[in-house]
Amino acid sequence: MERTIYRTIKATPAAWGVAVLLAAFIAAAGLSVLTIEHHGHIITGMNNQIVWGLPHVFAIFLIVAASGVLNVASISSVFGKKAYKPMARFSALLAITVLLGGLAILVLDLGRPDRLIVAMTKYNFTSIFAWNMILYNGFFAIAGIYLAVQMTQGLSHRVHKAAGVAAFAWRLILTTGTGSIFGWLVARPAYDAAIMAPLFIAMSFALGLALFILVTLLLFRLDGRIFGDKLMKRLGSLLGVFAAAVLYFTAVQHLTALYAEEHAGVERFILRDGGIYTTLFWLVQVVLGGLVPMALVFLRPSRGSTILASFLVILGGLAQIYVIVIGGQAYPLQIFPGYEVLEGFNEGVINSYAPTIYELALGLGGVALALLAAGLGAKILRVLPTNLSDANYPD
Amino acid sequence: MTNRAEMTRRDILKSGAAVATLTLAPGVTLMTFGGSEANAAKADAGKRWGLLIDANKCDANCSDCVTACKTENGWGNDGGEHSSPETESAWIRKVTLRDKNTGRQVSAPVMCQHCESPPCVDVCPTGASMQRVDGIVLVDKHICIGCRYCMMACPFKARSFVHSDVPEQSVNAPRGKGVVESCTLCVHRVDKGRIPACVEACEASGNSAILFGDLKDPDSPISKALKQYPSIALRADLELNPGVRYQNL
Repeated sequence: MERTIYRTIKATPAAWGVAVLLAAFIAAAGLSVLTIEHHGHIITGMNNQIVWGLPHVFAIFLIVAASGVLNVASISSVFGKKAYKPMARFSALLAITVLLGGLAILVLDLGRPDRLIVAMTKYNFTSIFAWNMILYNGFFAIAGIYLAVQMTQGLSHRVHKAAGVAAFAWRLILTTGTGSIFGWLVARPAYDAAIMAPLFIAMSFALGLALFILVTLLLFRLDGRIFGDKLMKRLGSLLGVFAAAVLYFTAVQHLTALYAEEHAGVERFILRDGGIYTTLFWLVQVVLGGLVPMALVFLRPSRGSTILASFLVILGGLAQIYVIVIGGQAYPLQIFPGYEVLEGFNEGVINSYAPTIYELALGLGGVALALLAAGLGAKILRVLPTNLSDANYPD
Repeated sequence: MTNRAEMTRRDILKSGAAVATLTLAPGVTLMTFGGSEANAAKADAGKRWGLLIDANKCDANCSDCVTACKTENGWGNDGGEHSSPETESAWIRKVTLRDKNTGRQVSAPVMCQHCESPPCVDVCPTGASMQRVDGIVLVDKHICIGCRYCMMACPFKARSFVHSDVPEQSVNAPRGKGVVESCTLCVHRVDKGRIPACVEACEASGNSAILFGDLKDPDSPISKALKQYPSIALRADLELNPGVRYQNL
């Protein structure tokens, strides 16, 4: 194998074009945030029944994907797969920027984003949210160190391995924390399940890899670098395994809940009677985001299959998070079991949610921020190899 | 809740550092002095305040408790043109229920249940969701960041997020856009030895369906009533031990 050479990307007109487009999305998000700040959340589709909306779907998507993006580096330094080594630097960088994008959405959707300093200085240690703030900051630090270690000449293999193991362990804990935001909510029948943590970890593996493939491919294309077909197929089959893992945990999640009569109501809602949520679950999450990508990469492995499967896995992941976050809130709280509510305050009814352009702009702005920061990083730092051609690694 | 405007001159002069902080960073000072500490000082650890609601006495057509709470605490009139029942605050609400098996109808108010183990307090990242030593669960509006995790965690849908400016505030309960709020059990009244506004209004209506008192005092009317007659907690399966109990529900 040749020694890998890392080079910054060139500021081609095409790269500029993409950067301007991303900056426009970020500007739109900024405008949206200012408008929401001025009027209050009343202009969004969120309300006192659906308290977390589309911004949270995008934020959770990015936060979950961020830890998965880092897997590419882990596969090389923790599990010793040499073919992944040239991608490890960018994996660490992209993980940082994707988490940044997700957190930016989360913070800017707060009722009082100006009080971020309060969130940073006052911790309630019984709150998984507070723990997550520590986990997120720790992730930035550890992924940053991991990146620095990889970019420093002359460090021993043991240092690389130690940094890799630390980052891998931290990312597993981080996604456990993200899943537990829902898993530990005892009040809502759609959540309150330990499986949320491993489910989110499986999702992060799939979403992170899909995002990594597409972003790396885009930067390679913008810079005229070669991404080998064989490597693409190899990444594709790994993505297929991850997609299968997500389906497995999803199946266990719903089968377990279906078995308990107390959860049968919410299960019927998501799986059968939920309208948009049922459609998103079966059609987008399970079929388009799970079965089709698996069929593509396992039955017809090719460069195109991997690319298409990556898009579909991301689409399915967004649908899955939408069903979990919004669908879980749409189903009413069971405050009066055994009673039918004749009159109340949105009591015992399916809550409706229609996201507005403000929420969409904020969510897409976070994605754009993650991508633009990754591109800028690749422009400044030598994180991308000059090529990922198939000649570089043995079979 | 105490705010800076209510502080005495002596309180400020007592601390030179406080004066310096006041000059340098008024926002920080507001957070330091307002909220939890001042409230906690007034609470009595020897008491646990609670409500006992008799659904048989509650009239389905009466909502005097809700009206009284709105007037007392200044909510229910936000939002202007964008306002909707979904975004409006609801510190207390009336529900009318029908037993699916027997067809029996009952009516009762629902508010913050002031749990002994409140999920909203557990999940709050900053500690804005808090519990006084006398059991009253409150939001410290100075450190609430508006993340709404407490609303996800509350089994009773007792909390509201303020979705817009609040033009008509009550001096009893400062409110703010972008933070979460809920029933305070009229803490400003309780600390002065008075009963909550909903309880007072229910008595005035002649229904007397809500009894307020100290659950720790075995001789209080509420403790005696709880000892004598059967009552339930909402979502008793969660074992949160709410301070609000229901009879005949």
